[in-house]
Amino acid sequence: MTRLNRDQLVQLAKSQITEWTPHQLDGRRKAKEAITVVDIRERDEWMQGHIPQSVFIPRGFLELQIEQHQPDRDAPVVIYCAGGVRSALAARNLQEMGYTNVISLIGGFNGWKNASLGFKVPKVLNEEQRIRYSRHTMLQEIGDEGQLKLLESKVLLIGAGGLGSPAALYLAAAGVGQIGIIDYDTVDVSNLQRQVLHGQSDVGRYKVDSAADTLAEINPEVKVIGYKEPITSHNAFEIISGYDVVLNGSDNFPTRYLVNDACQMLGIPLVDASIFMFEGQVTVYQPKHPESAVEGGPCYRCLYPDPPPPGEVPSCAEAGVLGVLPGIVGSIQAIEAIKLLVGFGEPLIGRLLMIDTSDMTFRTLKVNRNTECPVCGDHPTVTELIDYDQFCGLPSSTHAVEPVEANVNGHHAAEKVLA
Amino acid sequence: MATVYVPTPLRRFTGGQSKIVESAATVGELFQKLDGHYPGFSGKLLDGEGGVKRFINVFRNDDEIRALDGLATTISEDDKVSIVPAMAGGK
Repeated sequence: MTRLNRDQLVQLAKSQITEWTPHQLDGRRKAKEAITVVDIRERDEWMQGHIPQSVFIPRGFLELQIEQHQPDRDAPVVIYCAGGVRSALAARNLQEMGYTNVISLIGGFNGWKNASLGFKVPKVLNEEQRIRYSRHTMLQEIGDEGQLKLLESKVLLIGAGGLGSPAALYLAAAGVGQIGIIDYDTVDVSNLQRQVLHGQSDVGRYKVDSAADTLAEINPEVKVIGYKEPITSHNAFEIISGYDVVLNGSDNFPTRYLVNDACQMLGIPLVDASIFMFEGQVTVYQPKHPESAVEGGPCYRCLYPDPPPPGEVPSCAEAGVLGVLPGIVGSIQAIEAIKLLVGFGEPLIGRLLMIDTSDMTFRTLKVNRNTECPVCGDHPTVTELIDYDQFCGLPSSTHAVEPVEANVNGHHAAEKVLA
Repeated sequence: MATVYVPTPLRRFTGGQSKIVESAATVGELFQKLDGHYPGFSGKLLDGEGGVKRFINVFRNDDEIRALDGLATTISEDDKVSIVPAMAGGK
């Protein structure tokens, strides 16, 4: 058997493979050639910076994982390390697997940087996050990248009641970076049958304060912003804009139309749900974004063009609600929010999920966008927020509402503004 | 026989039943028949101008009947007719 030293082995490898300079790779990519670029260094090297749009497979896993990223044996695969030595040796291993077009990058990542080509320093999960979110990151659909998206995302909850409670608990546990909660109500004993954010000792406290304490205990990393005021046409844009997804858990029609219209006008997806006795409805209203090829779906007004006359539809306060029901429905809202934020699966866009817990049936019905819809249709007639009490046939609120933003982390300063 | 899914607010008309089996040629005829069995039932659904109230949706299987033929939408054996009213509860 031939005995080779390190240098001889590298020389032999280089004589058997193709090598490109960083500029050659850059040129081919700019010419829109589809090239799989694999970084075979160790994790800490990758974390300090890597070539954009490359995949990370440490050398030890290269042969085991390459097919997941490029099963085609004839497609070009560029592999790189720090200086071009490890990649030359690794290139031969891929040739043994039948890859016919393997290229090692001359000078590796150092050569790429020295050629003044752009590189990316990834945001990374810290050690505590790596452990806390490990059951998420091991899901291929989420991974480190999806978890980092969640950590940077902002979700607004309309109401910290039956639906808002489970949704907030799970979104906080999932590591959503900022959770905003609009609720000017205080905790009442009759809330505790279903509003699991709050406990006995919270009775009489503002719900947003109670919520902030509960969420901090579940995940201290989450920033909770409380708004102790009703959402109105005056403050809706200011509060909602800046959030990535809105979850509706309100208990009245004017708020539902207001939040729908504001989300449509701001282009923010709305996860809408409602409950009544034993039944629940959940759907997602995704506004269209032609610039980023988001087709969008129907909105609340496509489904329900007009509200029912006042008194026609009884409320939960009048008719009752099974306490566990909002637990299920609010949790489904949290799942839909996470899917929208991370970008996996099929959110309930254009589909209405009907849940009847009395016979435990779950059905989805198709909802079409109404091209005549006054808000999201082809020729919208409602282009600014209106008086929603009047729209719903209720006496108009006449009070002026000053937007009050309360950071509930330790501050209990905001005053309750009555609707 | 089509199966009609009755939403909670209308179950006070149907003696608490959530599903009713009935045969009819169209959705309109179906509601008429149900109103015969359960007086007041169709009054809760219809707008009096030949349509369904705008805060209520009626689906034949997966599809809303406004996208089909409204109350003239035909129904056949094994079809599921769902009545879906707006609900506001969340707290």
